[in-house]
Amino acid sequence: MAESTLSKQRMPWRIKIEPRLDEPPAWLPAAVSVGAIILALILGGVLIAFAGGNPFASYAHIARASFGDLGVLSDTIVKATPIILTALACSIAFRMKLWNIGAEGQFIMGAWGASAVVLAPIVPAESSRWLFIPVMIMAGMAMGAVWGFIPGYLKAKFNVNEIISTLMLNYIAISWVNFWVFAVWTEGGFQMSPKFPQAAWLPRLSEYAKSVPLFRGLTTHAGLLLGIAAAIVLWFIVYRSRWGYEIRLIGDNPNAARYAGINITRNTIWVMMLSGALAGLGGMSEVGGVVHRLQTAPIAAGYGFTGIIVAWLAKLNPLVIILVSVLFGALILAGREIQPSGVPKMIQGIILVCLIASDFLLRYRIRIVRGEEA
Amino acid sequence: MDPIIILQAGVASGTVLLFAALGEVLAERSGVLNLGVEGMMLIGAMSAFSVTIATGNPWIGVLVAMFVAGLLSQVHAFIVITLQADQVVSGLALTLLGAGISLVLGEGLSKAGTVSLMPNFSIPLLSQIPILGPIFFTKQSVLVYIGYLLTPLAWYYINRTRPGLHLRAVGEYPAAADALGINVFRMRYFYVFLGGMLAGLGGATISLAVAPGWFSELTTGGQGWIAVGLVIFAQWDPFRAAVGSYAFGALRRLILDIQGPTVLFGMRNAFYYNPYLGFFLQMLPYAFTVIVLVIGSREAIRKRLGAPAALGTPYIRGERGQ
Repeated sequence: MAESTLSKQRMPWRIKIEPRLDEPPAWLPAAVSVGAIILALILGGVLIAFAGGNPFASYAHIARASFGDLGVLSDTIVKATPIILTALACSIAFRMKLWNIGAEGQFIMGAWGASAVVLAPIVPAESSRWLFIPVMIMAGMAMGAVWGFIPGYLKAKFNVNEIISTLMLNYIAISWVNFWVFAVWTEGGFQMSPKFPQAAWLPRLSEYAKSVPLFRGLTTHAGLLLGIAAAIVLWFIVYRSRWGYEIRLIGDNPNAARYAGINITRNTIWVMMLSGALAGLGGMSEVGGVVHRLQTAPIAAGYGFTGIIVAWLAKLNPLVIILVSVLFGALILAGREIQPSGVPKMIQGIILVCLIASDFLLRYRIRIVRGEEA
Repeated sequence: MDPIIILQAGVASGTVLLFAALGEVLAERSGVLNLGVEGMMLIGAMSAFSVTIATGNPWIGVLVAMFVAGLLSQVHAFIVITLQADQVVSGLALTLLGAGISLVLGEGLSKAGTVSLMPNFSIPLLSQIPILGPIFFTKQSVLVYIGYLLTPLAWYYINRTRPGLHLRAVGEYPAAADALGINVFRMRYFYVFLGGMLAGLGGATISLAVAPGWFSELTTGGQGWIAVGLVIFAQWDPFRAAVGSYAFGALRRLILDIQGPTVLFGMRNAFYYNPYLGFFLQMLPYAFTVIVLVIGSREAIRKRLGAPAALGTPYIRGERGQ
């Protein structure tokens, strides 16, 4: 008793935490997310300083090197394009509480599938763009879907933990592409395939520089359109279709879904395949729009993992994902030249940690009360 | 391609998985799923290596690695135990965070050269046993022997001691444990910390014994995730975790060695003449992890075994239990 009076004397007020009974106000989630990112940038700055870097210079560099002029803005969007697709892939699986963290592998397999169309070749080399691009899109999505089907099937039939299985498939996909790049499609012993014919490239803005001079040198390619189209389609599936309703119900309350007669086994497999197909489309867009050849695994460059964070930050909303992807595209683009080289990855990790922690504020109300009230 | 040498090296590299898996068994037994093992191993491997460079004493390196990884695990503990957030996403974040911090602080370490490693020695009498002696007790790192001691110790602690009983209670039915006066929150923090320390020890085992050095994310190469998979296969039992770990260690070693000889089992060794087939060999540990998960999950269904009942769910005081 004596102790509690003592603390009361010292502290005229105290912090009280109580569960929120009502829905949080509409502005709060966005505000909390922004606050979490600012906190993450501060923490990241402290760590950069600790590692001997200058955080202010690093952040100023990130801003300048990603939004400074039209050219770098275009490069930022190029980096954002694969992230949009991997984040969409993660979002639809996460919606059903399926933890697909294999977007990276599905992305790689999509890139492989699209490349096979050109390199195998499935389509004759002198074909037109109108044949190449649609077949590459289908092949990329199909290979991604296969890579999503495997863990989906294992989860549905044998209750195999999809986190581990999708991750293991990432490593298998890397070895698979390495084999093809080194042993079959190598160009003169280098760890890359020959360059695709121009007809297999996704059109770039710079191609239209003749009619629109502003587009000169801009690298933004049609993959962005694929990403935006996929986001819109996914938005309709999730929020406006019966299937989307089933997916959301299973995610929120699997028991209720089961009683409602929803087939969870079949949905698990289909959602994993859709998720894989979206990531695979990302891989197709990257080989068709950026590198124009198949390279060893770093082609995915962690886009699959960035997709997890972006999906979470966007609260799994397909349209918000587009915006958040641009921010992360900027981080990745500018981060390439920053020393130490792990900085972008570390900042992504810190952002995710702060985001998850900040969700607490949405579920609980923190009040400062006077001592007597308690 | 001497099977004894493969198994001997396999036991050493399996020790990495063993430490990480034992740590995860303890954390999951208390009801906390920590998917950040890979990140904690990376930060352990990095700090063990860098501290050993700085001090010249690998023992200090190992201790610091355990402490730092334990510290990192507390980020996860705070988020999922106190803030009651989703354990899966938080674990993923921890892996990214651990990898990112290791890359930043480990910048330049890969060119740091060699350091003094943890000592290797043979056990006098035991190393004379035919077959088992050379595999388990000859010229192994001291960390390997620590692994032999830790496995039965963990089993005994979990199944035969009072604190172990409390640990299981907290993981199976936290509301009942709470009613008995066990501090559920403190216990979970503690076992997550212990799990983090062991993952850090696993990381230190890589950088100071099995594959000395710091090679950024390739240092662990997904072994943290394999360890998480092994825990499911092991049904949260330390001995099964040990068997799985050593088997995977041996497999890793076999993959390296099988590409060496020109003749294999009296036939032309395809892996020697076509090194590209090595890419398929590299897939094996990951493919086996998936297969092992299928086996483990089917067995769990058949025997009605399961994960600790409260695994993955936050404990909220005063809320009705499941």
